[in-house]
Amino acid sequence: MKLSPVRALLAAAFGLGVTAPAFAADPIKIAVIAEASSISGAAIPNAAKLAADEINAAGGVNGRMIQIVDYDDHNSAADAVRAFQRAKNEDHAVAVIASYVSEVVLALEPWSGRLQLPMITPGAASDDISHRVHADYDHLKYTFHGYLASTFLSDSVCDGLKTIAIEQMHAKTAVVMSEDAAWTIPLDAEYLKCVPKVGLQVLDHIRLSPDTTDFTPVFNKIEALKPDLIVTGISHVGVQPTVQWHDQQVPIPMVGVASQATSSTFYKDTNGAAEGVIYQTVSAPDVAVTPKTIPFTKAYEKRFGITPAYCGYTTYDEVYYIADAIKRAGSTDADKLVAALEKTSWDGTIGKVEFYGRDSDFTHAIKVSPEYIGGLLVQWQSGKQVTVWPTNVANAKMTFPAFIKLPAK
Amino acid sequence: MQFLQILIDGFAISSLYGIGAIGFTLIFGVSGVLNLSHGAIMVMAAVAAWAGAGDLGFGPYGGAAFGVTVAVLTSLVTYGLVVRPIQTSTRIAREEREIFVLTGTLLWGIMLQEAIAYFFTSNPKTVLPLIPGVVSLIGVRTPAQEILTAAVAWAVIGLLWLLVNRTKTGRVLLAASINPRGLTLLGFEMSTIYFYVWALYGLLAGIAGVLLGAFLGVSSDNVGQLTASAFSIVVLGGLGSVGGSLIGAYVVGYLETVTAYLIAPSIRTIPVLLLLVLVVYVRPQGLLGRR
Repeated sequence: MKLSPVRALLAAAFGLGVTAPAFAADPIKIAVIAEASSISGAAIPNAAKLAADEINAAGGVNGRMIQIVDYDDHNSAADAVRAFQRAKNEDHAVAVIASYVSEVVLALEPWSGRLQLPMITPGAASDDISHRVHADYDHLKYTFHGYLASTFLSDSVCDGLKTIAIEQMHAKTAVVMSEDAAWTIPLDAEYLKCVPKVGLQVLDHIRLSPDTTDFTPVFNKIEALKPDLIVTGISHVGVQPTVQWHDQQVPIPMVGVASQATSSTFYKDTNGAAEGVIYQTVSAPDVAVTPKTIPFTKAYEKRFGITPAYCGYTTYDEVYYIADAIKRAGSTDADKLVAALEKTSWDGTIGKVEFYGRDSDFTHAIKVSPEYIGGLLVQWQSGKQVTVWPTNVANAKMTFPAFIKLPAK
Repeated sequence: MQFLQILIDGFAISSLYGIGAIGFTLIFGVSGVLNLSHGAIMVMAAVAAWAGAGDLGFGPYGGAAFGVTVAVLTSLVTYGLVVRPIQTSTRIAREEREIFVLTGTLLWGIMLQEAIAYFFTSNPKTVLPLIPGVVSLIGVRTPAQEILTAAVAWAVIGLLWLLVNRTKTGRVLLAASINPRGLTLLGFEMSTIYFYVWALYGLLAGIAGVLLGAFLGVSSDNVGQLTASAFSIVVLGGLGSVGGSLIGAYVVGYLETVTAYLIAPSIRTIPVLLLLVLVVYVRPQGLLGRR
């Protein structure tokens, strides 16, 4: 870091390692820690920079500019922790937006408490993130869960299944297929409760390693059970199971959480095998969930050439509501910022963002309900992501490739 | 039905492993190099084929040819930029060169992996199948691409056999793997032989990479796994033995497939690793290895 003469003098006077005081014109630094080489990870710094540029163009926060300090964690918890420490100790960030991988965020959570640096995750889903805040609020209150917790993701999928699987497809049975990861433990637990509740008999529950490259045995096992539907919980894997599902012409529709499918490059990465895949999300390029959704999608697409992955939407909102919290707190002090973030009520691209309070098991997780943030089911159709549920915002009907055999009415 | 499924899937994946591992063992046999950038070269081929068929507009066949060409070039660059400077360096002690080559190719592989992730992201890519659709093979619905994968792999193995046994260049390569000093005494330039063997290796790794990309899809994250898989196969078959590598590929391919089908897909590589430990204890030279 280059020191200004005044700062250099202060540093010399008070000794190295002493933090120079913030000046009114100093930028407010927000650190972004994500895996830069993945589609979902890259959406985090991209969306953060877009939001910061817009805020700065509008005059910044109380006259101070927002500066995004961007770290690549290579999807490694150890790299992420080092980046987090650097963000606090060397770059003097006032808040961190970190990762879409639950394992990484869970590793950062205690550091957020130890270093008293507010952190929001835009894409990790594990329920443990907010459960831990609830269990040890005094130490871990600096962590906020800016994306749907896994249980809420399952509930959102199940809500959609009521309409598209039961009413429209007339499905009666399903197999739950999820990758083995921290975020799918609560996801699957909730799937196994809510899928039968909506009227689908769960024939099997398959957890697969995120390192799987050949999904043929998995699909064979599923097909032998003759389910009407595969309910998915996949994020680390996505392209390969989708391509193999298509190439092997597995005749069963896939519906559920499939994070990689949220990016517009998914169709190209799968050579079009994504056709017919239905995934859950909170925002889609074609639906004005709020008046901010489509302008953000367009601005992102114009600048980066692709539509944002799911955590692009949440990151964009997070930069805005961190800036809003700093304004309301009148300070970047961590405790004041946490108190202000807890009072967040921000109309973002994904809905109205508010956090559950200390009394909830999901302390600091974003509230989920039609009034706040609901879910969408989006299907890949002819290279486009079109919303098929909820029916009031759906702009297309479900269609499937010829190899899919829907249950008889 | 499950038996037939295992038979077909195991055959396709084993054939694919076979050509990748034959290239790996060939380099070791002829030049004594364990190329730890093997997985990266395979992934380069697959990603180049994907980009060639899509962004560059070469179509599926043009893309596949482009992928293989990129692998050959990368292989030659690996030899010229990493391996040869270490082998000819006077500043590295002769007995340390092997470990330097090992480290050099490992680091080069990581550089290639990072470059692929940087330019094309670490999301998996799937090469456009050369033949789309499925066919019923003895009652098992099988992607046509899977049959093509096995057929191409065996055609390549056949051509390689013809090259080694029926052409002068092939005999020279064979001789180089048995007694390089003798060849030098006969007036053959070893650097030319190494050039040919690295080009041939690039061709094999490239074809394996493109076929793998079309069959299962690959990402830069698979680099280490692909190198480890080739390494396991050649250690099992016997380092430097082409026949051993082929047998090793089928043992590994079928063991993985049987595990995935009958036990669980998530532990498909575990029995192979256990077998490898057993082989290292009981027969360290591998199935057909020379000591």
